[in-house]
Amino acid sequence: MRGARHAKWAAAAAAVALAATACGGGGSSGSSGEGVLSAWWGDPQNPLEPANTTEVQGGKVLDMVTRGLKRYNPRTGAAEDMVAEKIETTDAQNFTVKLKDWKFSNGEKVTAESFVNAWNYAAHLKNKQKGAYFFGYIEGYDKVHPEQGNATAETLSGLKVVDEKTFTVKLKQKFSTWPETLGYAAFAPLPKAFFDDRDAWLSKPVGNGPYTVDNYAKGSVMNLKKWEEYPGADKAKNNGVDLKVYTENGVAYNDLVAGNLDLLDDVPAAQLQNVKNDVNGRYASPPAGIIQTLAFPFYKPEWKTEGAVKVRKGLSMAINRKQITETIFHNTRTPATDWTSPVLKTEGGYKAGLCGASCDYNAAEAKKLITEGGGIPGGQLKITYNADSSHKEWVDAVCNSINNALGNNTACVGNPVGTFADYRNKVSKQEMDGPFRAGWQMDYPLIQNFLEPLYYTDASSNDGKWSNKDFDKLMNQANGEVDTAKAVETYQKAEQVVADEMAAIPLWYQNGSVAYSERVSDVALNPFSIPVYSEIKVN
Amino acid sequence: MGRYVIRRLLQMIPVFFGATLLIFLMVNVMGDPIAGLCGDRKCDPAVAAQLKADFGLDKPVWQQYLTYLGNVFTGDFGRAFNGQKVTELMSTAFPVTARLTLVAIVFEVVIGISLGVLTGLRRGRPVDTGVLLLTLIVISIPTFVTGLLLQLLFGVKWGWVKPAVSPSATFDELLLPGLVLASVSLAYVTRLTRTSVAENARADYVRTAVAKGLPRRRVISRHLLRNSLIPVVTFIGTDVGALMGGAIVTERIFNIHGVGYQLYQGILRQSSQTVVGFVTILVLVYLVANLIVDLLYAVLDPRIRYA
Repeated sequence: MRGARHAKWAAAAAAVALAATACGGGGSSGSSGEGVLSAWWGDPQNPLEPANTTEVQGGKVLDMVTRGLKRYNPRTGAAEDMVAEKIETTDAQNFTVKLKDWKFSNGEKVTAESFVNAWNYAAHLKNKQKGAYFFGYIEGYDKVHPEQGNATAETLSGLKVVDEKTFTVKLKQKFSTWPETLGYAAFAPLPKAFFDDRDAWLSKPVGNGPYTVDNYAKGSVMNLKKWEEYPGADKAKNNGVDLKVYTENGVAYNDLVAGNLDLLDDVPAAQLQNVKNDVNGRYASPPAGIIQTLAFPFYKPEWKTEGAVKVRKGLSMAINRKQITETIFHNTRTPATDWTSPVLKTEGGYKAGLCGASCDYNAAEAKKLITEGGGIPGGQLKITYNADSSHKEWVDAVCNSINNALGNNTACVGNPVGTFADYRNKVSKQEMDGPFRAGWQMDYPLIQNFLEPLYYTDASSNDGKWSNKDFDKLMNQANGEVDTAKAVETYQKAEQVVADEMAAIPLWYQNGSVAYSERVSDVALNPFSIPVYSEIKVN
Repeated sequence: MGRYVIRRLLQMIPVFFGATLLIFLMVNVMGDPIAGLCGDRKCDPAVAAQLKADFGLDKPVWQQYLTYLGNVFTGDFGRAFNGQKVTELMSTAFPVTARLTLVAIVFEVVIGISLGVLTGLRRGRPVDTGVLLLTLIVISIPTFVTGLLLQLLFGVKWGWVKPAVSPSATFDELLLPGLVLASVSLAYVTRLTRTSVAENARADYVRTAVAKGLPRRRVISRHLLRNSLIPVVTFIGTDVGALMGGAIVTERIFNIHGVGYQLYQGILRQSSQTVVGFVTILVLVYLVANLIVDLLYAVLDPRIRYA
């Protein structure tokens, strides 16, 4: 009898456990339907609002569900009109925007107000949008988004709705290439539905792009469906995309090789050697608008001296970029010879070799320059990086290269910081003693974007606090230039100042990487290294 | 018995406060989490200040802790940085990990105890040596090696299972990850059972039972096993908590969006609300599991009674 009673207990306990754990299971497994491809996705860090999304993973979704005034051509990177009929200016400061007939996927019309309201929302301090600075060029930004204290205005005074399909923009200063920045996702229009019920919109974003969100299980999967009535020319060539969040891209890689995943646009470093064989050549690694540099703490007096310029150039010469990109990155990086990116193309401002001899490996000259400049400040170079991402390998390689050139095994060491947040914290609090890793992913394919945020005095991403009057003057001049070719030329003059001073050591341009299954074709990455989902065909 | 349970439950209170406070302080020591939210560029100072105020990060730590605790008692575990409620994260993550743990425990119990009894009754024979050697190998190889190897063989090379578990994480998908998660504990359970069974096999009551002419099966299951299981049950009970919290490696390898994954994300992004919330629940699970183990003693061996 006793035994039977225990058995009953055990059975009851097991039943309770099963019931407790079974709920939540049995939901849709996210299996791909006809003509739908499955793609790797990283969990976006911030809520999916256009101006709150400053990283790639959230950007992917916005590129699928929204269209702004302009869009960057996935092949050439040129800003082409989407919702904009035309954007006109005569003085590089006042712009008139005219819209085409578009609508959102919920049937609402895309009007001048859809843009003006979205931009006002993005810029206002109380909405805490991480991309608010994109609107910093528009007049009245300091009122809605003061650096300290509360906002003193509700809307940007530089934005005016003229009629349903026209609005005007007044900028704080001349900025001739401003319309070309408008392809960035932060400038996307928002429907009324967003302002009526923000939470509902965030759990299922509604936009005017080629796809609509069918289902979004935060943190695990987003199912996107082709929007049949999409008014743009770049209609989706597949029926939909399932974005799947993986705990690690190594698993995604295994899933791809096993045939359960169609697209992986972040091939893990450890597999770069095998990927071509594993997927039968269905792999590409085109250049992206990303450059990696070593930045210096110019707030430390020892890095500001006359001699330090020589030391920085010497250090740059002591880095064997070619060897490191080949052995450590398996050619998914290209040695940098300027401070922009090849995706800009020559007419966009990319100038191969602008760095000159300073970026060529030359151990003897490096040693000579560093000695002439008074040696490494503090006697030892500590390169700071965050240890939670794969930076250790290349930092060690760079140090090795420098140590070999100087014939001193302890001249350079890596200085890891635990997490990315802690690293960024130390950077922004100006707690760096020596050089630190810096990366720049362009917001829009303009040479201005590679220079102004990084090297202009007190600019948003000028983490090293480098400051140079000549550079600032040239940038202002270039921004006011109405003629694009002339503007680019002036920007390059400013870039030359960066080179002469070696404000940061350019290391390499980053390539994107994408591997895909047999089921799909026409896979390409745009200049931002995001797959062009709408053009992928499912066989 | 009742008084004992109440005393144990009361003991949980200081443990609960201590554990949450410790975690809170640890996450806090890591520095300002807002800086990591804006990518490789500086957060706009005005936006950063707003966000800090939003998450209560501008207040002193003790005040943050008190506010947090106050909210926890009303069931509000705060929000992760991506705007999701921590309770929402929990409701998706805990069932998945619970399923995984259940699979692992079942493996431990079924395989571990069977092998333990088998080897314990055949001490010194080839089977015993063989299994001992096998457990030694399993214990000495780290989980991530076993996990990646099995994933590569079963998932990629032979295609028997999918290498990645889908978001719904059904029981059949969790068999392989569960085995991997259980492997090390399974080896310990085998060894524990073996020693215990081998020791008790020579006990007087077993000899009596045999002498009475009871069938062998009955001797083993009613007399020998019941007494031998006490250390094993203790181990398995404490293992429930350990498996749930320690599934980080296994969950990452097999793409399981469970507790380990959420904790990992929380630590990486320094989201104290997520980390503290999840750890709080894990501490509770651990405490309850331990309590149940202690209560089970009395069931297994009526001589053990609690005042």
